Amino acid sequence: MVTTTRLATAAPTATEEILTFHQVTKQYGELLVLNGINLSVRQGEFICIIGHSGCGKSTLLNLAAGFTQPTSGEVRLRGQVITKPGPDRMVVFQNYSLLPWLTVFENVFLAVDAVYPQKRLPEKRAMVREYLNLVGLGEAMDKRPPQISGGMKQRVAIARALAVQPEVLLLDEPFGALDAITKEELQEELLAIWSRSGCTVLMITHDIDEALFLADRVIMMTNGPAARIGDILAIPFERPRSRERLLEDPSYYDLRNQALEFLYERFAHPAD
Amino acid sequence: MVTAPSPRFRPIPWQEWRQRYAPQVIPPVVGIVGFLLVWQVLSVTGITRLPAPSALLTDENTRNLLLNPFFDRGGLDKGLFWQTMASLTRVVKGYLGAAVVGISLGILVGVNPIVNQALDPLFQFLRMIAPLAWVPITLIALPNVQTAAIFVIFITAVWPILINTAVGVQQIPQDYKNVAMVLQISPRKYFFKILLPAALPYIFTGLRIAIGLAWLAIIAAEIVMSGVVGIGFFIWDAYQQNYVSEVILAVIYIGAVGLILDRLVAWAQRLIVPQQ
Repeated sequence: MVTTTRLATAAPTATEEILTFHQVTKQYGELLVLNGINLSVRQGEFICIIGHSGCGKSTLLNLAAGFTQPTSGEVRLRGQVITKPGPDRMVVFQNYSLLPWLTVFENVFLAVDAVYPQKRLPEKRAMVREYLNLVGLGEAMDKRPPQISGGMKQRVAIARALAVQPEVLLLDEPFGALDAITKEELQEELLAIWSRSGCTVLMITHDIDEALFLADRVIMMTNGPAARIGDILAIPFERPRSRERLLEDPSYYDLRNQALEFLYERFAHPAD
Repeated sequence: MVTAPSPRFRPIPWQEWRQRYAPQVIPPVVGIVGFLLVWQVLSVTGITRLPAPSALLTDENTRNLLLNPFFDRGGLDKGLFWQTMASLTRVVKGYLGAAVVGISLGILVGVNPIVNQALDPLFQFLRMIAPLAWVPITLIALPNVQTAAIFVIFITAVWPILINTAVGVQQIPQDYKNVAMVLQISPRKYFFKILLPAALPYIFTGLRIAIGLAWLAIIAAEIVMSGVVGIGFFIWDAYQQNYVSEVILAVIYIGAVGLILDRLVAWAQRLIVPQQ
């Protein structure tokens, strides 16, 4: 099993930059959360953001989503400054955020209907079914969220996000609440869907193995307050990735040690 | 040839019936019979001047009222069914008004923090005023007794509906609002698909509290207002003429109607509020 072990080179061939953070600072009252973030995300890239809790990684995602504005600096999507949330940057929340009074189908339909009001009803219904089938929920369309498991709920949330065909998919620790097996299943499904849809992904995680398995680049944040991007790991493994092959690759452990060393020695959490 | 009866249509034997239902049926029956027994003893021995429960049947006037609730001799001389219906009609009118005003104003207050700040102190103050205290004010302010009675119901029932609706709207999880923001859902769709279903359990809590208060208030209001057909005034009238067993009969009507109203709203709640 031979994989290249170039560590420092950029992951995929450089294409158009879709999402850029330029000198972004975010302050809440007296508290400086983010201090001078510079990051360019390329079209179709899979980025994982990793860091201790309180390092402002959620703030970074909220800035990209448009829920909050930078105190100084700019976040741009295709050159346009982001000023408010929009369906071109769909968010998958950690706690699923499904509406419990709507069925699985209706939850996804609500999104499709809101984003594509001009499409005809059969077309919208077909889109909903397509994306629910994509995440393997074709059978559970008429169930309500309280009747399904956590893993299934997160699948619905992912289907809802993908069904509106966003340019950027923002995931906030989407698998944090799931058991290990479900988590691995969903990681593989997410990769498969991502490679098919070609959208750009920005995902927060606190799981190093998850980041190494999924990402083209892993952004490692320093501890807050005044968090910065401490280091960026380029993950060179070829795609499609298989977990087994990754674990046999010595460079996997190299990268893993770099991440561990960053998180637990250079920027060990004061509370850990 | 004899075919064995299908076990599915076998009648439940007494033994099994007793095992299944006895634990639920026997305690309440024992409780009620015991209560009536104690009352009977207290009355018969003269410890209280209150007539015994048996007076409902032994007193001739009361027995007539009990057995014939549907007579109507014009004016205030009507059977208890009509008296109750007259009170119920007022409650329904006042309550529906309170529901419409309470829910719409509650949503307005819940959605808009500035309106909330402006009106909340006023609401908190007004809701502490007892229904009876409203009676003189409404009698002065409104043209006739009928409207005044309905207004007293309205003003009693509106606060729990309004305040619960407002809380229901305020507690809508930020997650749902975030989803609506990302999808840029239209205000109309947000209202019907997110706001209303999310607040519905709270709205029904308010409606459930309000129906009980409304029924309590109408009795009090009719006693004070006098001269109207209604179960409240009927009690007052009977008391004035010292027909105490009639008072007891009317009280049983009031309790039963209150219970039915509460069950009705609870039933509507189960029917309408989304199961979670």
